[in-house]
Amino acid sequence: MKTDFLQIENGEKTARDQIPHLAFDDFRKQALNIVTDGGKAIHFFAYPENGDMKMMAVLRTGDKLLAAGCDAPEAYPSLTAECEPFHMFEREIAEQFGIRPQGHPWLKAVRYHANYRGKPDVFGNNYEEDIPGNYNYYAVEGEEIHEVAVGPVHAGIIEPGHFRFNCIGERVLHLEIQLGYQHRAVENLLLNADPRRLPVIAESIAGDTSVGNCLCYSQAVESLSSLVPDEGARIIRTIALELERIANHVGDLGALSGDVAFLPPANYCGRMRGDFLNMSLLLCGNRFGKGLVRPGGVCFSLADEVRKILDGRIKEIKPQVEHVIDLLFSTPSVLARFEDCGAVSLADAEKLGLVGPAGRACGIPYDARRCFPTEHYPKLDIPEYALPTGDVYARGKVRADEVMQSINVIQSLINGPVETTCVNYGNSDLAPSSFVMTLNEAWRGELSHCVLTDEDGKILRYKVKDPSFHNWNGLAMSLRDTGISDFPLNNKSFNLSYCGFDL
Amino acid sequence: MKSVVFLALAMLSAPLFSAVILKVKAFFGGKKGPPLLINYYTLVKLFQKGSVYSNSTTLIFKMGPMVSLCSAVTVMMFLPIAGYAPLFSFNGDVIFLLYLLGLGRFFTIAAAMDTASPFEGMGAAREAYFPIICEATLFMILILFYMFTSDLRLAAFFSGPRPLELWQTAGAPLLFVVMSLFIILLTENSRVPVDDPATHLELTMIHEVMVLDHSGPDFAFIELGSFFKLFFYSTLIARLIFPFEFSNPIVNAGLFAVVLLMVYAAVGITESVMARYRMDKVPKFVLTSFALAFFATVITLEFF
Repeated sequence: MKTDFLQIENGEKTARDQIPHLAFDDFRKQALNIVTDGGKAIHFFAYPENGDMKMMAVLRTGDKLLAAGCDAPEAYPSLTAECEPFHMFEREIAEQFGIRPQGHPWLKAVRYHANYRGKPDVFGNNYEEDIPGNYNYYAVEGEEIHEVAVGPVHAGIIEPGHFRFNCIGERVLHLEIQLGYQHRAVENLLLNADPRRLPVIAESIAGDTSVGNCLCYSQAVESLSSLVPDEGARIIRTIALELERIANHVGDLGALSGDVAFLPPANYCGRMRGDFLNMSLLLCGNRFGKGLVRPGGVCFSLADEVRKILDGRIKEIKPQVEHVIDLLFSTPSVLARFEDCGAVSLADAEKLGLVGPAGRACGIPYDARRCFPTEHYPKLDIPEYALPTGDVYARGKVRADEVMQSINVIQSLINGPVETTCVNYGNSDLAPSSFVMTLNEAWRGELSHCVLTDEDGKILRYKVKDPSFHNWNGLAMSLRDTGISDFPLNNKSFNLSYCGFDL
Repeated sequence: MKSVVFLALAMLSAPLFSAVILKVKAFFGGKKGPPLLINYYTLVKLFQKGSVYSNSTTLIFKMGPMVSLCSAVTVMMFLPIAGYAPLFSFNGDVIFLLYLLGLGRFFTIAAAMDTASPFEGMGAAREAYFPIICEATLFMILILFYMFTSDLRLAAFFSGPRPLELWQTAGAPLLFVVMSLFIILLTENSRVPVDDPATHLELTMIHEVMVLDHSGPDFAFIELGSFFKLFFYSTLIARLIFPFEFSNPIVNAGLFAVVLLMVYAAVGITESVMARYRMDKVPKFVLTSFALAFFATVITLEFF
């Protein structure tokens, strides 16, 4: 297929004048072509430069990353109307810059904030009012229909989000999710903050993905400033990312078990999650891996005695994890709850662009660690893996298998001595007029940051995309025709990020 | 006199027995668990608090906890504890008791509906549905017992040498009855696998969600009522599985308490070794109790 989109590499800078700047109509047509032919949208965003609005898209097809830009019109015929994967991106652009996608099938505010340009609001909202402003939720009418509204104040300890169920008896016809309660304008914060604060902000985009986010940020800065982390730093970063994955997956498997009132794995997983977090603590003094990854390398080396303690702890916990996972997935009453619960079809998953374990549970084998490897991953053999059923069982099983896989990865990495020179992050100059996109497989899936610099080497646009940006609609989809009492179970099986989405 | 003492002991110790379930669950979960007196602490704490009432609720909401506690206490007065005659008993009291429990449930449901919360409405719908099946089962068991004893008093079935005689005449059907009573116990007291008393997820709750809005002393009434209710069903089962009697009332009471503990422990073990059923599978589980009681009756018919 002939396309003007430029092929780029993950985490390698490209001079901005090399990225094709197309006429909008060509841009639209070619982007649609690529995505309808099986491509996926990684980024599609707008940015202002010298008073003009421009747009940029990064797409992926198989093992290629493609990028192109165009001038942004004030209004344009929506891409979503022809091709669903652009759906959230167009809503985001409309909200951030007041650019209207005409004919968008579901033009609704994403995070509920006024646009950055002071243009008339696309959604007709007055932001003095509470969410959702000028928006009527989907409603279903009828004698036996009832509506259950949950949130945004959560009864437990998780983040705020509003969920609206249209039900007929116990059966959910439609679930509508409204987020944005934690919008902090992270992307703008990253533009204006002191450069020394940037890694700390990146780590705080989503607290449960601090290693993932900081890794994306650091790789971007490294490529823009030609810093090169040494081999040891790459290994330590890989270990940290895998520890983050294991801790979260194990915690969620326990929560899944707790949601079906099966206590033993719930308790043991809760404890083991803590054990894995403590391994991050051992690595860098922070249970969530904060302060470890910095541009140019890592701030803490892996001394031999630490490496041996880590190895000992993993050897001790591995059989326990195996045992608990086995208990969870071999108990008939648990399987009865997990199987056939909240299934998302492969076709729906493709259209929604599900990524990460949620996508792999629907039969999409995409894994950024295998397709676009960074750090030490090119030297690791991450197997192609997907399950076909798309239900809670598949989502749980994918994550359980990834836990074991990640434990093996870490064990193989700490076999021999790891040597690195610790970095102390100073101020580094970024290459002017450049573009870089970094892509990593965080524990929820494809996490990506984009950085554009201007002629002076200042950051012009910082774009963050959490995997939850794609996957929230997967949760809404999984609830169709499912009992409302199975919502918590489905929600836990996805366990998506609120603050990563709200930015 | 014995009846009064036993009743007082039963009402005092009901919260203690419930804590045994928590201990068993904690054991299976590899935890230490709360202290055995946890329920007393909770009750004292709740009674020291004030109640909060939403201004969208009416008198019905305030009546709910009181009526359900009163009905549970009244039912306890008709309960033959450790095989001794209860405080009150009259011919036909079984039916009276069933509907007294039903009245308590009705007011709990009405109070839940009174809050106009979508959660509580959902819980109320579920709570109204499952016990219907339990009622059918209980009547089936009643028919069976009536055939044997030609009596309609709870005391006639569960006190004195009666349970032992029942085992001697119809051991097999009685085994079925014990099993189906256990299922009813789990359902009526919202235990796993029907409901999860420990969950914090409103959307999956049955009983818990209906009492979300009650607080302070009102909530203490509800808790107390549920301890009595669980004690009531456990006593029936305990008496059936241990029908023997000794001349010394203290020995009797002691042995009975041990058997009662075993019933509570069985509830705890059930909760620990299995997940709860999907909401739409719960009626099938509850119907199993009806099937068991029904077959028990059918088998018995042949003897006559």
